Amino acid sequence: MNTKVKIAGVEFKNPVMTASGTFGSGMEYSDFVDLNRLGGVVTKGVANVPWQGNPVPRVAETYGGMLNAIGLQNPGIDVLIERDLPFLAQFDTRVIVNVCGKSVEDYLEVVERLGDTEVDMLEINVSCPNVKEGAIAFGQKADCLYDITSRIKKKAKQPVIMKLSPNVTDITEMAKAAEAAGADALSLINTLTGMKIDIHRRTFALANKTGGLSGPAIKPVAVRMVYQAAHAVKIPVIGMGGIGSAEDAIEFLLAGASAVAVGAMNFVNPYATVEVAEGIETYMRKYGIEDVAELIGGVKE
Amino acid sequence: MSKQKATAIVAEQRRIAPDIYDMWLLTDLAKEAYAGQFIGVYPKDGARLLPRPISICEADREGGRLRIVYRIAGKGTEEFAGWRSGQSVEILGVLGNGFPIQAAGGKQAVLMGGGIGIPPMLQLAKELKAAGGEPIIIAGYREGQLFLKKDLEQYGKVYVATEDGSAGIKGNVLTVMEQEGLAAEVIMACGPMPMLKAIKAYGAEKQIDAYLSLEERMACGVGACLGCVCKTTHKDGHSHVNNARICTDGPVFEAREVDI
Ligand SMILES: Cc1cc2nc3c(=O)[nH]c(=O)nc-3n(C[C@H](O)[C@H](O)[C@H](O)COP(=O)(O)OP(=O)(O)OC[C@H]3O[C@@H](n4cnc5c(N)ncnc54)[C@H](O)[C@@H]3O)c2cc1C
Ligand SMILES: Cc1cc2nc3c(=O)[nH]c(=O)nc-3n(C[C@H](O)[C@H](O)[C@H](O)COP(=O)(O)O)c2cc1C
Ligand code: FES
Repeated sequence: MNTKVKIAGVEFKNPVMTASGTFGSGMEYSDFVDLNRLGGVVTKGVANVPWQGNPVPRVAETYGGMLNAIGLQNPGIDVLIERDLPFLAQFDTRVIVNVCGKSVEDYLEVVERLGDTEVDMLEINVSCPNVKEGAIAFGQKADCLYDITSRIKKKAKQPVIMKLSPNVTDITEMAKAAEAAGADALSLINTLTGMKIDIHRRTFALANKTGGLSGPAIKPVAVRMVYQAAHAVKIPVIGMGGIGSAEDAIEFLLAGASAVAVGAMNFVNPYATVEVAEGIETYMRKYGIEDVAELIGGVKE
Repeated sequence: MSKQKATAIVAEQRRIAPDIYDMWLLTDLAKEAYAGQFIGVYPKDGARLLPRPISICEADREGGRLRIVYRIAGKGTEEFAGWRSGQSVEILGVLGNGFPIQAAGGKQAVLMGGGIGIPPMLQLAKELKAAGGEPIIIAGYREGQLFLKKDLEQYGKVYVATEDGSAGIKGNVLTVMEQEGLAAEVIMACGPMPMLKAIKAYGAEKQIDAYLSLEERMACGVGACLGCVCKTTHKDGHSHVNNARICTDGPVFEAREVDI
């Protein structure tokens, strides 16, 4: 039985990764899971310099999901390189660094710094709904997305995954723009912009007013968008949005994802990533599937 | 023992004041639970995903039992109040740093608990007494329902303050310090933010170390999501931006470290 998948020439031992921002730098969950058993670890978004992030409250629970407005707090690329990458290098798993910025120059600086590291791939977050300037603007207009993708591709030494926002009218247009600009892969979905109001205090639940919705509540939207994006482009797609079980993950694979990531459900079940990986194998055995590739895009039309 | 998500069994649960519940859980996590740490308690309702942070009120390490005392504050805690003995429940723990018992070594410790911040003072008083101290405990209640007072009296002298004056001294924990002429060499406290701010100011004025247990909305509880931060006065080693994570760097901080 083969669970390996290849994305832009990089081989993953299984198609299960962590979703950026939900797994720290891997260290925080290494008490719970053996990182060697994951296809890949995707780190929290990192910028050229440290970012403060937003004021608290930054998180709020909603029906079957949660809102977050962390505001991409991060210690900056220097700390990631000095502290987090050596930690991750101890494990036999692929390392993907998620990159954020407020201007194209910010992104390029991080991408260049990562050029001399052992990082396997870069994931470019052009879709965070929680940062006032930059970030999402690049991900909501196809021409901006094309521009930033092509400029990053010129500088990047590693394969580039463009992480798409679901907060757009037509996801296929964005997927095609990233592909045309040379992206090696796509990942989606980032969070859906939402809002929660405390009716007793008459205040917003989040200090930022709006936040990104994630968790099981968004899964059907994510499956639909992954299906659409995967059918619009030839490059591989990494699917995420509410995945907490192998059944969830297999839905994404059948919809066309070449790999999946577990996000908010890590908070519900810190063992979720490994359980998803094991559950995919159980499913493959049950249906006599020899190669996980048979599942990718395998939904009957 | 590292952090775990584990199944615990409800040993017993009773209501000890209006909306306040006292629950014992059978769990191996008790073996490494210390004062000021907390657990995440998961609602069974699948639509409510996140663990509810609840402080350790008492840890019976030999018996493998944890006691939590909580107030019904919303739908999650409302569900917990309906749990019966024998039922199995999911918890995450043990989380957070806890109170620094050694910082009270040889000093007169005054413990201050306000409202639902009183429960962690019980395990703290127990540990301080076991370490040879004689803690003074000030419990601030809203009204005359003096939950946990008898339990606290096993480990130190207890003073009571109530907002409405229906029991003990009318006022707050600091009114008790003043009116009873008490002197602290180290303060350890948990309670609502206005109380903690006042204690920080009091500690600064009297030049005494004050350890405060802070609260914030949490998602992961293990330091991964950066949801639960508080402003710190110095750049901490993890965030590099004056934002400590209450769930892992705290919940207990020395008052001078935090900008509250
Ligand atoms: C470190 C720590 C220790 C705590 N210890 C205790 C304790 O010993 N006893 C006790 O009664 N309460 C304690 N609390 C507060 C307790 O976590 C909340 O009252 C509880 O989460 C409310 O959940 P709910 O589902 O009933 O409320 P809801 O309002 O329905 O909860 C919705 C969401 O908001 C979160 N939330 C709501 N209020 C708070 C709050 N005050 N602090 C943090 N998150 C909140 C919930 O966890 C949940 O994710 C503690 C909080 C922290 C951070
Ligand atoms: C607390 C939190 C922080 C996040 N931080 C980032 C981030 O730094 N960069 C990024 O590209 N996506 C970030 N995301 C989005 C997730 O990676 C993921 O795309 C989204 O949450 C949907 O997946 P889920 O429903 O499994 O969580 C974050 C999500 C959460 C819940
Ligand atoms: S709750 Fe996630 S970092 Fe503290």
